Formats: sequence, C-alpha cells, structure tokens
Amino acid sequence: MTEREERRFAEVPRESIKLMAESTGVELSEEVAALLAEDVCYRLREATQNSSQFMRHAKRRKLSVEDFNRALRWSNTETVCGYGAQDALPFRPLKEGELFFVEDREINLVELALATNIPKGCAETMVRVHVSYLDGKGNLEPQGTVPTAVQSLSEDLLKYYQQITRAILGEDPHLMKVKSVSHDLDQLNRLLHMVKSLVQNPYLYLGSYVRSLVSSVMYCILEPLAASINPLNDHWTLRDYAALLLSHIFWTHGDLVSGLYHQILLSLQKVLSDPVRPLCSHYGAVVGLHALGWKAVERVLYPHLPAYWANLQAVLDDYSVSNAQVKADGHKVYGAILVAVERLLKMKALSLTLAAGGGSAGLPGTTTGAVGFRENSPGLSPPPEPLSEPPLGIASHLQAGGAGCQWEEWTPVSLPAMYCELYSFFGDSLAVRFSTDPPLGGAPSSRSCQPLEGRKEPASGAPNLENTRKMPQLTASMNISPRQDGSPRMEPQPPSLAATVPGRSLARSSSSSSSVSRSRSSSSRPGRSTSQSRDIFPKARFPLPQAGPPAFSFIIGGRQMGRRCQGRRFQTSFTPTPPLNTLPPRAYAHKLPVIGRVSKPVRRWTCSHYSLHLPL
Amino acid sequence: MAAVQDGQMELDAEKETKPEILSDGTSNLSGNTASGTLSSSPLTAAPAGGAPKMEDQQTLIAVLQFLKRNKLTDSVEILRREAGLGEDQEDSQATDGSGGGKGDVDGGDANSLLSRVSITSAAAPQSVIIFHSIIFFYSYRFGKVGGADDQPDVSVVLSAYSQQGDPSLYQVYYSGLKNFIESVLDCHRAELSQLFYPLFVHMYLELVYNNHENEAKAFFEKFSGDQECYYQDDLRVLCGLTKKEHLKGNEVLLDFRTSRFVLRISRDSYQLLKRHLQERHNNQIWNIIQEHLYIDIFDGMPRSKSQIDSMSGSLAGEGKREVNKAKVFHGLLKEPEIEVPLDDEDDEAENEEGKPKKKKTKKDSLGSKSKKQDPNAPQQNRIPLPELKDSDKLDKIMYMKESTKRIRLGPENLPSICFYTFLNAYQGLTAVDFTDDSSLLAGGFADSTVRVWSVTPKKLRKVKSAADLNMIDKESDDVLERIMDEKTASESKILYGHSGPVYGVSFSPDRNYLLSSSEDGTVRLWSLLTFTCLVGYKGHNYPVWDTQFSPFGYYFVSGGHDRVARLWATDHYQPLRIFAGHLADVTCTRFHPNSNYVATGSTDRTIRLWDVLNGNCVRIFTGHKGPIHSLAFSPNGKFLASGSTDGRVLLWDIGHGLMIGELKGHTDTIYSLKFSRDGEILASGSMDNTVRLWNSMKAFDEVETDDFTATTGHIHLPDNSQELLLGTYHSKSTPVTHLHFTRRNLLLAAGAYNSQ
Repeated sequence: MTEREERRFAEVPRESIKLMAESTGVELSEEVAALLAEDVCYRLREATQNSSQFMRHAKRRKLSVEDFNRALRWSNTETVCGYGAQDALPFRPLKEGELFFVEDREINLVELALATNIPKGCAETMVRVHVSYLDGKGNLEPQGTVPTAVQSLSEDLLKYYQQITRAILGEDPHLMKVKSVSHDLDQLNRLLHMVKSLVQNPYLYLGSYVRSLVSSVMYCILEPLAASINPLNDHWTLRDYAALLLSHIFWTHGDLVSGLYHQILLSLQKVLSDPVRPLCSHYGAVVGLHALGWKAVERVLYPHLPAYWANLQAVLDDYSVSNAQVKADGHKVYGAILVAVERLLKMKALSLTLAAGGGSAGLPGTTTGAVGFRENSPGLSPPPEPLSEPPLGIASHLQAGGAGCQWEEWTPVSLPAMYCELYSFFGDSLAVRFSTDPPLGGAPSSRSCQPLEGRKEPASGAPNLENTRKMPQLTASMNISPRQDGSPRMEPQPPSLAATVPGRSLARSSSSSSSVSRSRSSSSRPGRSTSQSRDIFPKARFPLPQAGPPAFSFIIGGRQMGRRCQGRRFQTSFTPTPPLNTLPPRAYAHKLPVIGRVSKPVRRWTCSHYSLHLPL
Repeated sequence: MAAVQDGQMELDAEKETKPEILSDGTSNLSGNTASGTLSSSPLTAAPAGGAPKMEDQQTLIAVLQFLKRNKLTDSVEILRREAGLGEDQEDSQATDGSGGGKGDVDGGDANSLLSRVSITSAAAPQSVIIFHSIIFFYSYRFGKVGGADDQPDVSVVLSAYSQQGDPSLYQVYYSGLKNFIESVLDCHRAELSQLFYPLFVHMYLELVYNNHENEAKAFFEKFSGDQECYYQDDLRVLCGLTKKEHLKGNEVLLDFRTSRFVLRISRDSYQLLKRHLQERHNNQIWNIIQEHLYIDIFDGMPRSKSQIDSMSGSLAGEGKREVNKAKVFHGLLKEPEIEVPLDDEDDEAENEEGKPKKKKTKKDSLGSKSKKQDPNAPQQNRIPLPELKDSDKLDKIMYMKESTKRIRLGPENLPSICFYTFLNAYQGLTAVDFTDDSSLLAGGFADSTVRVWSVTPKKLRKVKSAADLNMIDKESDDVLERIMDEKTASESKILYGHSGPVYGVSFSPDRNYLLSSSEDGTVRLWSLLTFTCLVGYKGHNYPVWDTQFSPFGYYFVSGGHDRVARLWATDHYQPLRIFAGHLADVTCTRFHPNSNYVATGSTDRTIRLWDVLNGNCVRIFTGHKGPIHSLAFSPNGKFLASGSTDGRVLLWDIGHGLMIGELKGHTDTIYSLKFSRDGEILASGSMDNTVRLWNSMKAFDEVETDDFTATTGHIHLPDNSQELLLGTYHSKSTPVTHLHFTRRNLLLAAGAYNSQ
C-alpha cells in the first residue's frame, strides 16, 4: 500500500481551476471544473513524463524547466515562460493557507542597472585532463565514508541514515557538516526541514540526540552565517523558521534532556549581551526567545532591554550611507523585539486577568484588573539584575559562577511598570494598548481626541525630523484604513513559520504591500470603533462614530506564530476611562518609522496558483 | 535486397485486397488503412521491420480465408496470383487454423470489421491472431514508419477493446486466474506468473476504454501491487490514465496495443493454463490471451523464476525465439593488405618491460588474421564499403605501429585512467566523442553548440579561403600543410548550427568529419577542415538521441524519438534504410565492427540488432529493466554489452542470441561502455560518478553454450558480478559521459564537473 502512496500524483483542485477561470473572466460550473481539473492533472503528468526523457538524454539528474518546456513544445503546447532561471526556485510553504508558491522576489531594477560591480562573464568552457588512476591504482577507498557515530546503528537505521543523507545532501560527501554549508541557505533550509521531520516522526526516539539537534538549530538561529553578508539572502526567514523549530523541539522533546531550557536560554542570553555579535545574531536571539514563549522573553530579553537599547539606538540613529545595511538590520532587530515584547505584555495581561478576574469577565476590564492586582509595582526602573537569571532552579549548575542563587532575587515586574518602561522604549510602536497610568486613572473626562492631539504635540515634538519622515507612510496607510491609527504596529515582522517574508527589503518599498494587507484587515474588521487613548496622529479627520462602550479590536498585522489565521484579532473593551496626560518619560522617544515589511498574502495566493504550472 | 522486394510485393498484394473489404460495406477500418496506404512512400516501406517472412505469409493466408468466407472469389484469385501462393499451402493452413473451436461469442454487434472478424473467427481462434497481425502490420508500417499519422490507427486498435464484459466481473476473472496460478505446482507457477502483467494491463485498458472508470480504478488498486517491480514505470503511466479520451495519443498504450506481448511458456504449463481456462469458461481472459498475447511454447523443462526474471522486463515481453535464430555474421572483415614498413628502430624512449615479446605476438596475430578468413565473417563486399584512401592507409599503419606498443590488459594489469573534465560547462554537456587516435575531443552541449578540442599540442586550423588557396603552390610536397591557415590556429573551435541540445556526436574514422544529432530533429555533418556545417540530414522530425559513424566511414546511423533508427550515407540526403520495430524511442545506436550490423537500444527496454544489408531485425535482446543508454560491441564482434538506467550492464552473445552475463554494481544510469582494444576489459561509466572495470574475458569464457541453451534460449546466469568487477574508480563529482581506450589501451574518461 505504501507503493500506492508513492504513486499518487499531484492534483490540481477544482477550486484552482475555477480561480484560474475567473481570472480570465470565465465562470465555470462545478462539473466542468472537476472535469477540467482531472484533465489538467493528466496532461500535466503526461508532460512531466515526457519531459523526463529530455533530462535523461541531457545526462542530468535534475529535471529543469527547460526540459518541461521542450516536452510541451513537442506536444504543440505553449511553453511556460518566466521560470528559466538557472538557480533553484525556492518553493515556499505558507502555513496558514495550505499554500505553496514560488518565491518571486522583487528586484530593484534601478539598483541593478546602476550597480558598479558588473558580473564577469562566466569562464570559458574548457577541458582539463588529469591522470586519475595510474595502472588502475589510486584512492580505492570509497568516498563518502560513514561517520563513526553512525556505524553503531542497526541496519535499518543505517539505511534510514543513508536515505536521509542522500536526500538532503545529494551525492556530495563534503556536505556532511552544517558548518560547511553556511553559505548555502537552501541547504540550511533543507536541513532544518529535515530536523523538523525528524522531530515530528512519532516513531523515532531521539533520546540524547535532541541535544545535538538543538545545537544545530541554534546554529541556524544565532550564527552570523556567511550568507548573511549578502543582503539579498533571506537568512531572516531561516532564523525565524529555526526559532520556531527550536520551540517545537523544546515543547515536544524538552523532557528528554534535562536542563535544555536553561541551556538554550543561556546561550541566547549570551549572544544578546554580546555587543560584538552582528545584529543578525541578535535578531536570532530575540526571535528564539520569542519562540520559547513570553516567559523567556520576560526573563531574558526584558531585563536586558535597557542595556541593549542603547546599542540599537546608536545603530539606528546613524544615518550615514555606510551604515545603511547595518541600520536595516537594526530595524529588523527592532521589529523582532517589538513583537516579542508585545506578546509578552499581552500574555502577561492575560495571565493577570485570569488570575485576578477569575474568568468572570474575561477580557473586559483587563486593565483595571491588572491595575488592581499590581498595586505595589516597583516603579519604572528596570530590575537591577538584568541578566543571568536561571528561571528554574534545577539547571542552576549550568550557570557559570554562583549565579544560581539569584533565582530568588529575580522579581517579576508588574505589568504596568513593564508597560511603562517598554513604552518608553518603543513609544507608540507598541501595539498593545493599556493605560499607562493606572494609579492616576481618576480623570474620566471626555473621550474626544482633541486633547490627545494636543498632548501629542509637546510630547513627541522633540524628534521632529522623525515625524516628518513618518508622514508619507502614515498617510498612505490611513487613507485605506481609517480606524487603524497608522502606528507602525503592522510593520514589525513577526517570526512566522510561514516564511512568506520575501526577503528583507527597504522599508520604503513596502508601503503598497502593507496597505494591501491593511485594507484587508480593515475590511475584515467588524465595525470600526474609536481610536483609543494613545493616538498620536491626526485621527480627528475621521468621523468618530460612536459613543457607546468603546470596545476596540485590533489586529496584529503579521501572524502570530503557531496560529493559523491571517492575523490575530483581539477584542478588548475599555472602561471609558481614557488615560490621561501623564506620560512616561520619553527617554528614548519612538524614533522608528517603519520596520520591515508585511508580507502580501493576497498576491501570493494567486501567484501560487499560477505556479501550479510548474513541474515538481 | 531480396527481402526488401518481398516486402514490397506483399504490400501491393494487400493493397489489392483492401477495396474488396471496402465493398463489403463495413466500417471505418478500410478508410484508415486506405489513408495509410496513401501515406506510405516506397521509401518507408522498403526495409521491413522485425516481422519475419513466415508471419507475412500467414497474414496473407488469413486474408485469403476471409475473402473466401465472404464469397469474394475473384479477389481471392487475384490475391493468390499476386502473392504466388499455392492452393495447397493455404488449405493446409486453413485446416490448421480451424482446429480449436469454441463457439460462444455473442454474434450481436458487428459494427466494425474487426469485431466481425473476431466473431467469424470464433470458430478459428488462430485467425483472430492473424487478423490482428494484419492490423499490427499496417500500423507498423504506416503509422510508425510514416511517423506522421498514428491517429487513424488508434481507433482501430482501440476498437478491439469494445467487446463488452461485465466490468464488475473483471476482478473476479483476474483473481480467479491469480488463485489458480498460485495454486499450481511451483515449477509452473513462475512461468504462468508471466501472464499477470500483460493481462493486468489489457484488462485495465479495456475497463478504461469502456468508460468504467471506477471499476478500472478499483481494479488497479487491487492488483497493481502484484506486478513485478520492474514494471513500476509502466504502471505509473497506467495509473494516471483513467479516461477514454486519454487513451488516444498515449504512446505507451499504442505500443502495448500494436505489439503483442510475447511470453515464453513451456508446453506443460501452457496446457495447464488452457485446461483451467476452458474448465472455468473464462472467456474474457482467454480472449485477451488470444488477441493480445503471443505465447511462445517450447518443449522441455519449465523455466525457473530467476531465468524468467533475467529475460523479462521489456515493454513487449521477450523476443520470440525464432527472431533470434537468424544467422548473424559477427566475424570481422579481413584487414586490407598493407605493407607495414618494418622500421622497428623505436625512436621513442619508452622502455616498457616485455615490449619486444609483445610486439612479436601482436605481429603474428595481425598476420594470421589477414591470412585466414573468419568463418563467421560476412562477405567482404556484403555491403559496399568505401575504398581506402592513401591517408587511410597511412592511418592504418599508424594504428598498427601503435598497437604494437599496446599494453596487454588483464585482471592484474589494469589500465591507467585519464579523466578529461569539462569545466565551466554551465550550458550542460550532453555528449562526448574522441577520435580513434585520441587526438580530438568533441563535446555536444545543451546550448546547441558543438565544441571541438585538440587534446594534443597540435592546434586546430581551418583551411584557407578559396582566394588564398589559389595562391599556393599545388605541386609542393607539403601542400597539405600549406592549405591550412595558421591564423586560425586555436585549441578549440565552436560549431554553431543546431537549434536544440546536441545529444550525440561522432567523429568519422578519418577525422575529417564530425556528426552531431540534436533535439531539433536533424543530424549535421561538419567538416573538421573548414569547421563549417556541410549537410543537415532531415528525416527524423523528432529529437535525434544518438548518431554514430560506421567504423569504415561513409555510412552512419541515427536513432531518435520517432522510434526508428535510420541508416544514412554521407552523400545521400535521404536515409538508405529505416530500422523500424522499436516500440519506443531509440536511445542509442552502435555499428558492429564489421559495419554489417547496427545495434540499437531503446526506451522500450530492448536491444535490437539490424542487418544493414536488408534492414531486417536479426536479434531482439530483452532483459533490461530500464531504458538502455549505452551499447558497446566487443572488438572481435562476438559480444555486445549494454547499459541502462537500472544501473546494470548486460552482456550478450550475438551469435547465439543469448544473454551471457549481468554486471551489477552501478547505482545510476550507465551512459558509457567501452571494451579495451583487446576486449579483455570492459569499462563502464555512469551517472554515479564512477568508472568500473569488469573482467569481460572471464565473463565470456565462463559461458557454457551447450545445445540446450542455444535452442531454448534458457540461461543460467551465475551471479558473479563481484568476481568480475576489477575496480571502481571515483571521479570528483563528475558524471562519466564517455569512455575511450586509446590505441595503447589507456582509458580516457570524460564528463562535466558538476559543482552542485
């Protein structure tokens, strides 16, 4: 029966056929679509089978687009153009929609045209002769010898190993180590996928191998890969994916290795606190922490934030051209931190609610509950010991030095305090909205935006230049989505397994795409509620259509990891007590315009359908 | 050319009969065949395919019987006169034919000629077979050879499936037979198991044809797992095919239909089967066996499972035994008498030990060869060969000199291997060839170019332009040197002209020409003096996978996607012979060392040997389980080696038509095979980046070809691949595209470095 499994073909669902037909303006009935789908499948298979002979005769092992086109041409069918690139077309999965698509990266033609490093033509084809084996003697030992670790395996496992290595690494025996492939993102990606399938295989007992798996995944998260040097390489996605994988391994196999959690946290922390490391490593660390859950973020990232912030700020403030690349990386890190922190706040709030409100009211009254709960917040200062708290006592022996005893010293920061502090870092970029001033929450005045407007000017007036920078982006988005206040909350790139992130790109280019997703999200939103307290931007333009209980919902623009939805909606209704003008000290005012770029799920979707033309 | 004319005459005879069938007022068949007749040019009809003469005659007789039965006496007369058949001959056949009668086929729907015939012939099953062979014959000649229009035949072929049976019972039929076969004695089981695959496919197709899609799927699900693993590729194609519309135009199906699956079964087993089917009245299966299968019955012990497995695997079953009975002149032609100047003062400073002795033996063997004629050799002038030019004679002398310095290879004395690595071949290296003297190297590339390199210090030069040629002194001794243009000297030249990947290249023996075959459907002949294209040979109309010059030059052979191999002469723009018979693409073509035969390997997993003289197929070798991508004749002409995608090399005895060895070891497609100059070592190069050396001498010696094996074609293959394997040599991630032994037995390998 397994044979039949193998023999099953890729099928084009009738939905796709219908969609294709609609795109050309034809309406198809269900029956016709079903028939067409079946025929299309058959023709595809036929063409694929025919194309394989061109591959065989070209003495290749890999079927190329060219082969397929030849088969099409010989069967008098129009060829498929546009996929003739020499390098492999990455076929990316989109977790949310069960979709796969060929990554179609945008190329900046201007940049390409003005590039000074004109690629050299490839070298002349030539023939070199060398005596390989004299009198039939030479290195007779077969290449690709099995590593010693593998030799102890049973025969079945050995076969499994060979199959895997063959599938992953191809025939080349040089690729036996992860490190040697750090220049090749595709290889790494494949390795990660292999790890994932290993982890997911319910019939495999990984035992102590978990540790080595984790170490290689950590490598992918943290190492400044060689591929990172080229800004075109999308190593970010790799890191995101690796981080997700890490958490996956941890949650499923964490029990197999004691102290794994600590080790991971430790190493992430080490990277984060090391200013010498490149930003991409930091990014990896943040993403990794994020993936491990909000507790990890709270314990490692949050305490460390003030110290780290200074470094990041320095990077981001540098507008010199030479810094552009680093700065872009910095934005990435910023985005990652933002997402992590937001989640931290949210989860914390939620946990507090559950603890305090006892589930009676659920979400409503979150803030008040939180406030009531944490009256004794220690204030705005960060905890004294920002680093090196082992969250669990068990692993304290792992800690270098006697730091293990600090467990008790670590005091959880209260939510409002945390929020205040974070707000001081991020300003309005923070998507999670709470009233920052619960203790002062007495002023129940009007809900109008005018005071806020007025308030905003003096508050953030200092960094004027950054305001102007922000403007075009904001107006663009506001046109479409009036409810959303246009804060860059949509922008930060969440670590998403879906890996739809089409490479890191300059923030400017993303306005159109982000507006698309925004319009979508806005349209999917049920009634628009008023903006709430912290709107800094001219919300007043829009009619404020409400006067009732100011329920508000917001969508985190990107995807929350692990959720299969296009964006996550939180609904919270506020007590009609708007926050007042007590602002946290804006020591580090929000200086960041737009971070990263939101992926374009809509476009991708259709795109992926077209890509069905491609042979596998 | 006797056989060719024969074929022509039979064709005419059949043309005569067709109008009569037409007047009978029956179906579309006549129209189809008529159009087929029109489309057949004398050219395509000339070299008959593998159909032996006997079958043709039976065909004729069947037609005669049919006409008689329909009271068309006039045409019977005419036909008989045309074909020159005696009355008695026909009668004897007729009585023969109406032997095993079984009269329980419903006579209801006679809407096509074919079903009509099958009804009338229900009393005489044999004539059904015969009539099928007519259709086979026609589709063969006009559909395949003509190349252009397979379509008309399709409906005919498919209509054979129109006979109805209860679709739900097919599973019962099949599993009934399966149970029976599984319950018979072990010795018969293996033989009868051969029936599974063809029956399975035909029943499945029948279900599909009659629009029982769900039943077909269920049938496939249930029984596809039982088939031998080497049919997986075919099953994969079948599996995707669930609609009647898809049947039309599907090559594999057409192949399967137009040919009859050949099974070799011992008489005992056959009787067993027949009895079973008759007892059960299992007509459905019996009909399929009668119509689509050819059971080659032999007397004697049933074959074992391993014996059967080693021979099966091809698309159309095994070759019939009588096909391989034809006499093949596999000996070498007599070497022309050339006085070898006995300048044995060796100026070269190579002092290999034992050299004088070797030289002597070589000399002797050469001398003796020229004196006594090989009994198996063909007549010297069996096919006209080009006359030797002076330069050829010089080359022969060079060859003999070189061969005196040849290293005698053996298991203890393996050749050195030089690897010619193509670097920066991003465009994709698809074919390589060396000249016989190893001075030039040609590569065909996927970007449609052919590149020629000189692998000696001597650079490649063009001939001067016509104007310049007029200036030179034609009387001077070094005129050959003077005509060359020094300015054009370079290490390599690029030949532009093809419009598709170049899949085959071959140097002429005199090194003046180069052939290349390409996806664009042409074979091109290039001059290596001017480095320009001289001729484009058109005819294949589909990708041409391989081409090769005859060892004597002048002739060359090409094979391609149109399933035929063609024999050409360089000075004819049309092919001299068309070798038709393969059921799928001809993937590789090789000339026999005596140039009288051509071997072709195909995607249908068979190898055929063709007689250049009359275009007949004289050998069909089955046993490969994948498309065949490389062939090599042993230097003495007695043996053939073939390599396929299944990673196995098979060795064949041409004279006896037997498989004599199986060399297992490669893990990927074998793209090149070459015997050493003495035939002691066989080298094979593969996609798995290795060159392997095999002890071919031992493999050939160990074969015991007693009378029994010779007559029955049964073989016992010793599994001794490991003993025969002399060495495995890895390249540095470079698939081995071509292998070549220099005249001194140095092994040259070539391939493109693959960085990924």
